[in-house]
Amino acid sequence: MPGSLATGLLALARSGAGFSALPAVSHALAALGEAQKRSLHSGLLSSQPASSSSGLPAFGQAPSSSNPFTPGWAFGSRSATTQPLAPAKVNQFTINFGPQHPAAHGVLRLVLEMKGELVERADPHIGLLHRGTEKLIEYKTYLQGLPYFDRLDYVSMMCMEHSYVLAIEQLCNVTVPARAQYIRVLFSEITRIMNHLLAVTCHAMDVGALTPFLWAFEEREKLMEFYERVSGARMHAAYFRPGGVSQDLPIGLLKDIYDFARQFSSRMDELEELLSDNRVWKERTVGIGLINAQQAWDWGCSGPILRASGIDWDLRKAQPYDAYGKMEFNVPVAGHGDCYDRYLVRMHEMRESLRIIFQCLNEMPEGPYKSIDGKVSPPSRSTMKQSMEALIHHFKLYTEGFHVPPGETYKGVEAPKGEFGVYLVSRGGNRPYRCKIRSPGFAHLQTTDFMCKKFMLADVVTVIGTLDVVFGEIDRAAAAAAGAARSSGAGGGRGRNVAAIGMLGPAAAAAAAAWAAAKWSSSCRCDRSGAVGGASKLPQRVQQRLHEWQRLIADAVAKLFRCPHSLHSDSRDVTM
Amino acid sequence: MILYLLIMILATVVPLLLAVAFLTLVERRVMGAMQRRQGPNAWGLFGVLQPFLDGLKLLLKEPILPSSADQPLFLWAPILTFLTSQIAWAALPTSTAGAVRDLNLGTMYVLAVGSLGVYGILLRGWRSNSKYAFLGCCRSVAQMISYELPMGLIVLCACMIANSLNWSALVESQQNGIFLLPLWPLALIWIICCLAELNRAPFDLPEAEAELVAGYNVEYASMGFALFFIREYRSMIMMATVTRLLFLGGTAAPMNLFFLNWLPGSFWLRLKATSVVFIYIWVRATLPRYKYSDLMDLGWKRLLPLTLAGFVANAVVVFNIQML
Repeated sequence: MPGSLATGLLALARSGAGFSALPAVSHALAALGEAQKRSLHSGLLSSQPASSSSGLPAFGQAPSSSNPFTPGWAFGSRSATTQPLAPAKVNQFTINFGPQHPAAHGVLRLVLEMKGELVERADPHIGLLHRGTEKLIEYKTYLQGLPYFDRLDYVSMMCMEHSYVLAIEQLCNVTVPARAQYIRVLFSEITRIMNHLLAVTCHAMDVGALTPFLWAFEEREKLMEFYERVSGARMHAAYFRPGGVSQDLPIGLLKDIYDFARQFSSRMDELEELLSDNRVWKERTVGIGLINAQQAWDWGCSGPILRASGIDWDLRKAQPYDAYGKMEFNVPVAGHGDCYDRYLVRMHEMRESLRIIFQCLNEMPEGPYKSIDGKVSPPSRSTMKQSMEALIHHFKLYTEGFHVPPGETYKGVEAPKGEFGVYLVSRGGNRPYRCKIRSPGFAHLQTTDFMCKKFMLADVVTVIGTLDVVFGEIDRAAAAAAGAARSSGAGGGRGRNVAAIGMLGPAAAAAAAAWAAAKWSSSCRCDRSGAVGGASKLPQRVQQRLHEWQRLIADAVAKLFRCPHSLHSDSRDVTM
Repeated sequence: MILYLLIMILATVVPLLLAVAFLTLVERRVMGAMQRRQGPNAWGLFGVLQPFLDGLKLLLKEPILPSSADQPLFLWAPILTFLTSQIAWAALPTSTAGAVRDLNLGTMYVLAVGSLGVYGILLRGWRSNSKYAFLGCCRSVAQMISYELPMGLIVLCACMIANSLNWSALVESQQNGIFLLPLWPLALIWIICCLAELNRAPFDLPEAEAELVAGYNVEYASMGFALFFIREYRSMIMMATVTRLLFLGGTAAPMNLFFLNWLPGSFWLRLKATSVVFIYIWVRATLPRYKYSDLMDLGWKRLLPLTLAGFVANAVVVFNIQML
């Protein structure tokens, strides 16, 4: 049949009619359409050639023996219009998007059940990077536990530290001087740019654009140089300390940051030029990984994912910490909730971060770079070598560490990936009793199944890239804590203002009490009794006291959320 | 006669293999320059020894034969792809002296051999007996055969104007004006189809690193991989040469000036082919990857109708000119 069409066309061409043949061709095609319709309606191979008037053989017709030019293969041919193909049965098979994979963004084992090219179910298996962070923190002093937070989300280091030191400061009731606040905001925004540079361009590389990745990493190198200048380490800085920062900014750093910031806008323009209006990029990301506002809220998303779905929620604006209250910046919000919107939100966030950086550079105040409260912040080395008191403070702080009054607090910050929070429980000692980490990646990874259903394998890669998950922060704790994680994370994430947190207090208090009860009485801590030296070995009166505390804490959590001061002024050292 | 043939064959094959070797280096350095970094520059001046050391490394590596793979065909698949990409060069004129065998059906021969290359890929993926390889091979085969349709039609368009299927006749008929001028929309479609045929970005889904980790190559190590790589780069050079022969005058100098004609025709062919190859590398550095469904969509629903329309228009115009 296609052969006959071709012969018909050649006949037209040979007749040399040129453009005047077009009406005849369209008539012929219309007649062919008629023939097809007629044979569809009849449901049988009709024997009457329908378009004999135009002289062309029609489709959907049985080869009539009257036509001497019927090719041999036309006999017994099935026409697609009269006998459509039955859909083939496609088997389901399981593919392991394994832990060793260039696009798995760490160690993600994603078990995909596929039906042909479409994903039926995506099952993330995590835990391959579980390092027991929260357990280890319980055996370290507060300062020793600080570097753990760098290593959680290892692409946005200082934001993790920020959350931890804010929690400690809240419990210790330490005021941070203005200069330290501005330095922290400056480096938080530098970290945000670093994270988004990596996130967007690694995502682009997974999708296929190989060049933005290298351009962005050049910019990251420049930013890591700032990290190194200020703390000594390119990546895991351990720079933020309770009370401020560990060292003042070196001379010349602000000028260099200014030089970087001036040229960074053009670099961003270059990146956007390659991606934003690129029709291949848009085809790969528009409409993929859709999540609307209500679903994003329900799944516990935060950060760019929530903002790309249309919810204007940014902790820097809603619950300002450090100097964010004095900064002028916009929060980009997009509406569709697909990968392209998340990409745009991240690009705009980088530009807003640049704005904040300029404000910090312009308004950087003079003054101390850490709190002068000697009980928390170590003295400077020169004073330590001259004053006896400073020496003693230095010694005690670096060996035993400072003691945090008993209490609990949750402090969430707007990390580049979302809301990163630390739920710190102190029993009054120099070590945290429990340090629960609420990571945004954990909640976001749960949406993988939801976002990937009925999409193709290539879209799975796009979705994982856009969720911006890093396994350091997802795997840091065992999944057994997931129940408490969700409730405390939900409590922290949904808290829009302090009153609302208070309203959620009873629910959170109940959850916290239940979890605390489980902690005290049984479960993971007492299993490893040799290493714990825990409750089973404490004297009787201490145990009674601890039980009293349990009740008091359960009652006081609501009040605690409203009031930053801890209620327990008991300064007894309970060392473990 | 046999000696003449042997010399012609060697004169085609040996420089071609050298060209393939250096093309790997060129790609890495050019992509590096576009990505604001240097490509390989450690071995030899500007890294010129790098491809040979890469080849040496691949030769010395242990060839891994997975036990699940079906043995004879598993080993034959890379050989098949390598062979088909080599024999296509028999009909391509690489200089004004003509091809090894200047077939009167030269264009058809090259297209046919290109289609045979699909078998090699099919075998590679299938015989690897691994899910990833299988997915990659299915995608690649479907992609290649769908983009061969517009390619064939465009070649026919050029042959219609030249009134012959012979490559040398095509080159000669471009003396008065290269085919790029009347056929430039088809040339654009041709470049896209070449990229798809070569499994190069933005159509490199079958070998997408991020998703299938080298797709149908995943089970091959050392020489199997090396043969496949040589095949890919050789096909790149072949497609670039064909592009130049079809559209840009082949072995002729850009302008018919006497001092430019001193340089041999093969030099001009190579120069133009290199610029086409540069375009391939440029596109790879720039564009993201097409998703498989969009790739098929592009081939069947957009390029093929456009090419058909172009073909018909071309036929009509050619006949009008011949009638006049």
